[in-house]
Amino acid sequence: MKQSIFTVLSNVALTDSVYKMVLGGDTSAITAPGQFVNIQLEGMFLRRPISVCDYDEKSLTIIYKVVGKGTEAMSGMQAGKELDLLTGLGNGYDLSLSGDRPVLIGGGVGVPPMYNLAKKLLAQGKTVSVILGFNTKSEIFYEEAFKALGCAVTVTTVDGSYGVKGFVTTPLEAMDYTYFYTCGPEPMLKAVYRSSKTSGQMSFEKRMGCGFGACMGCSCKTITGYKRICKEGPVMKKEEILWEN
Amino acid sequence: MGKLNVNLCGIELDNPVIPASGTFGFGYEYAELYDINELGTFSFKGTTKEPRFGNPTPRIAECTAGMINAVGLQNPGVEQVISRELPKLKKCFHKPVMANVSGFSVDDYAYTCQKLDKEEQVGWLEVNVSCPNVHGGGMSFGTQPEAAAEVTRAVKAVTTKPVIVKLSPNVTDIVSIAKACEEAGADGISLINTMLGMRIDLRTRKPIIANKMGGFSGPAIFPVAVRMVYQVANAVSIPVVGMGGVSSAEDVVEMMLAGAAAVEIGAANLVNPYICRDIIRDLPRVMEKYRIESLSEIIGGAK
Repeated sequence: MKQSIFTVLSNVALTDSVYKMVLGGDTSAITAPGQFVNIQLEGMFLRRPISVCDYDEKSLTIIYKVVGKGTEAMSGMQAGKELDLLTGLGNGYDLSLSGDRPVLIGGGVGVPPMYNLAKKLLAQGKTVSVILGFNTKSEIFYEEAFKALGCAVTVTTVDGSYGVKGFVTTPLEAMDYTYFYTCGPEPMLKAVYRSSKTSGQMSFEKRMGCGFGACMGCSCKTITGYKRICKEGPVMKKEEILWEN
Repeated sequence: MGKLNVNLCGIELDNPVIPASGTFGFGYEYAELYDINELGTFSFKGTTKEPRFGNPTPRIAECTAGMINAVGLQNPGVEQVISRELPKLKKCFHKPVMANVSGFSVDDYAYTCQKLDKEEQVGWLEVNVSCPNVHGGGMSFGTQPEAAAEVTRAVKAVTTKPVIVKLSPNVTDIVSIAKACEEAGADGISLINTMLGMRIDLRTRKPIIANKMGGFSGPAIFPVAVRMVYQVANAVSIPVVGMGGVSSAEDVVEMMLAGAAAVEIGAANLVNPYICRDIIRDLPRVMEKYRIESLSEIIGGAK
């Protein structure tokens, strides 16, 4: 973990409510795709935890949905704005278990962390399939970005307005893969958990206090004991997940 | 440069800054960020007799200038605190540490304190009779003078270390409770724990926190804390540790003027993990600005 000041390099809308922000600064604390940053915003007491979509040595990209006051304020930020970030938070995805043909499943704002993960897996010579799930056509983002990386991309929409009609599990059930990685709303994670044929890893979301393991605000029970989503998570292995309800 | 050192129940502190229990774990997460030996001391995560997972999630809600938490004393239990956590703490912190203890019966408190009494590094026992997030314990001991006194007596009987009783602000007469603890043998009083609060989500029309209510902390409660520290410090002759919304060196000085011999910092750690270190480094500047030569001389200076 590292605390440092980042500068907004760009901040553009991808859909009606989803924005992509590129931030310039010291990314040396980030060690794996699937980690998150915790952003301090003026006038708001707690930081905003947001997963990292992509990063290099000097910048990182986040994709966020406007859901409350914090993300609303972020959506109006211009290039040049300085932000205080805690970086390198959480465990991130373990790439070593992927096998040759991993499938990456992202739902809504669970799509972003799949991007750098796909990049890293492709760089290791893996054949990467991606399933992106959205409610409707107007909410789709990053389909082209994944294609440009060289992934086989399937898009699903709940209302059938684009791609495969239904949930991410529809194409997943027909697919042949060695391992899965996923991030998205909890009902989707649960569905993937049930219909997946292999082992895999899923990233969870919870209301956090600090984001670095101090306050125990985001604890959960797992088969291997109590864990903090912000510290031992947000990524959990399929085998250790204990669904609370 | 002004003198930052203070004395807390017979133990000298290099400075009055103490991260509060529940916001600093057992120290080692923060030790990755800076040398936590810069601190006066810290109060470690509230420890109970048995291991506890705590409350269901969500446990956190944001407020204007603060937050609500309902963690519910998640901790591995005193046996594991001693066998697993304290050895890790010892590696990164080399000063006397404050052991924070909670319980669900008088015997619970005594049991846990007796175990921790044997730990060399424990300097003080901070007895939490004020946790708002557990049922049938915690705060219920801190809302009645006689119950608080009973816990104090039971703990004093099993330890030779200084006992600091941590009080709840969710009472009508804080002074009577503080006095009851003093008469029962407490060596110090710390206050305030969090204030009982609640937030409701407009979309779901449900409380944000799974436990419905929780402890409200952060800068918003600072004036309440200053008032209560002032009231208690003027009513007892044992040292008072002030806390509640402290987030700057100026706040530390204000709390000491109200009567605090040392100052705990809680919620602010969760937003800026370096805040305690930064405040310690900023204190000389603030002391110079207000012509303070020694912090110990200003304790209770506001009359």
